[in-house]
Amino acid sequence: MEKTQSMSFVKEVSQVPGGEGVNLCMQCGTCTASCPSAKIWEYTPSEVIALVRADMRDVVLSSSSMWCCLSCYSCTVRCPRDVQPTSLFHALESLAVKHGYKPQNTSMPVMYNSFVKSIKKNGRVSEFQMMMGYYLSTNPFSALGMISVAWNLLSHGRLPLSARKIKGKKDLDLILKKLDDVRGDQ
Amino acid sequence: MKSYTYYPGCSSEATAVGLGISSRSVAEALGMELKELEGWNCCGSTPYGSLDELEAIVVAARNLALAEKTGLDLVTPCSSCFVTLNKARVHMMDKPQLKAKVNEALAAAGLEYKGTVKVRLLIEALMNDVTVKEIASKVKKPLKGLKVAPYPGCQEVRPRFGFDHPENPIALDSIVEAVGAEAVSYPSKSKCCGGSAVIAEEGLCLELMYKLFDDAAKNGAECMVTPCPLCQMNLDAYQAKINSKYNTNFNLPVLFVTQLIGVALGLKQDKLGLKKNIVNPNKVLAKYL
Ligand code: SF4
Ligand code: SF4
Repeated sequence: MEKTQSMSFVKEVSQVPGGEGVNLCMQCGTCTASCPSAKIWEYTPSEVIALVRADMRDVVLSSSSMWCCLSCYSCTVRCPRDVQPTSLFHALESLAVKHGYKPQNTSMPVMYNSFVKSIKKNGRVSEFQMMMGYYLSTNPFSALGMISVAWNLLSHGRLPLSARKIKGKKDLDLILKKLDDVRGDQ
Repeated sequence: MKSYTYYPGCSSEATAVGLGISSRSVAEALGMELKELEGWNCCGSTPYGSLDELEAIVVAARNLALAEKTGLDLVTPCSSCFVTLNKARVHMMDKPQLKAKVNEALAAAGLEYKGTVKVRLLIEALMNDVTVKEIASKVKKPLKGLKVAPYPGCQEVRPRFGFDHPENPIALDSIVEAVGAEAVSYPSKSKCCGGSAVIAEEGLCLELMYKLFDDAAKNGAECMVTPCPLCQMNLDAYQAKINSKYNTNFNLPVLFVTQLIGVALGLKQDKLGLKKNIVNPNKVLAKYL
């Protein structure tokens, strides 16, 4: 789906996979009350939904809020209106990425990015490559704080330094290339 | 012997290698034949979906299309793969246009996704196909006296595909009891450990995990069990960090539920990957090994 000036933000959101429920919200606040990470959100989960409904496109897409979602699905099982907030926040994240927004107060998107890069390279995740990518593009010195954890994993044979490429890597590349051609206005 | 298409997931071969090893051994001992899906790729994962939902669905769909060809149910030991693959499946079921687009892309590699494959979590198949009763009947070393805090993790129970109660999960408890151990109940059992956010939002996640440990320990747990590779890694690899941050001395081994079952079935240590655990489980398991 293209960004069109004429389309309202709430409509744009409702058309992304996962964003369909946005209009059902009744602002009861259950999602916020259930959220284990709400205290680090710039706007709380229910506030984010209110902002979408108020068509505050820029405010929402540039916010770090939805990036703080841990995908615990507590809100989703409790929401009385079946808004499916978890999927909605993921939909907002993908809209923000698509339109080039870079939130300031969290490095979650950077972490996600190095994750996906590692998948595209090998067809599978390499946690080591993912972590290296993340620390190199945020603050390499903060990696020092991770040494003990990384060593715990490494010394127990749980952090292979290189990833095996999958057998079907060529096929996966062909599929993803084709996807770029057919993507259209989805 | 019932056969399944086996989808290990990336972590079962790396950070959660203990899950991979123990899943295969336990499945074999309980009469499940696991045939690894040839050429599988990453499931698509939560981070992928956050950056590019459509592409994540396509990545998942390649696995589903490959699995469909076998005609068998797909089982995965990883809670997160289980959710991601199912999410893609449901998106395509609900939106025929989306499915058509995905199939256009898959056609580039001669694949087609029809929508017939079932995606199941290994422990669900253990409970429903093998049955808890059958597991209990194969126990060679009952884990009598062992106090275990079951920790299902969010992905097993909550996203619509769960087979357990989302707020008061009990599936793990029944397995723990089937192998003769005692399932400790503790209030934060269904709370989140922070998942992959531990890398970018460590402070918050350490706090969430601290509460879990505190709660489990106060209720007498000697160890925790989980089916989830991410929860296990967090609780195992960060436990020392939590101890230094909160000035505590938690020493709770965090076992994969398949490791726990394997011990009770009398399987050898190296068939369960117990050496891969960071908080050493040998002391609490000594009586049973
Ligand atoms: S719980 Fe559901 S209805 Fe209530 S505020 Fe959150 S999204 Fe809206
Ligand atoms: S899924 Fe995300 S938004 Fe919902 S309660 Fe969990 S962390 Fe909060």
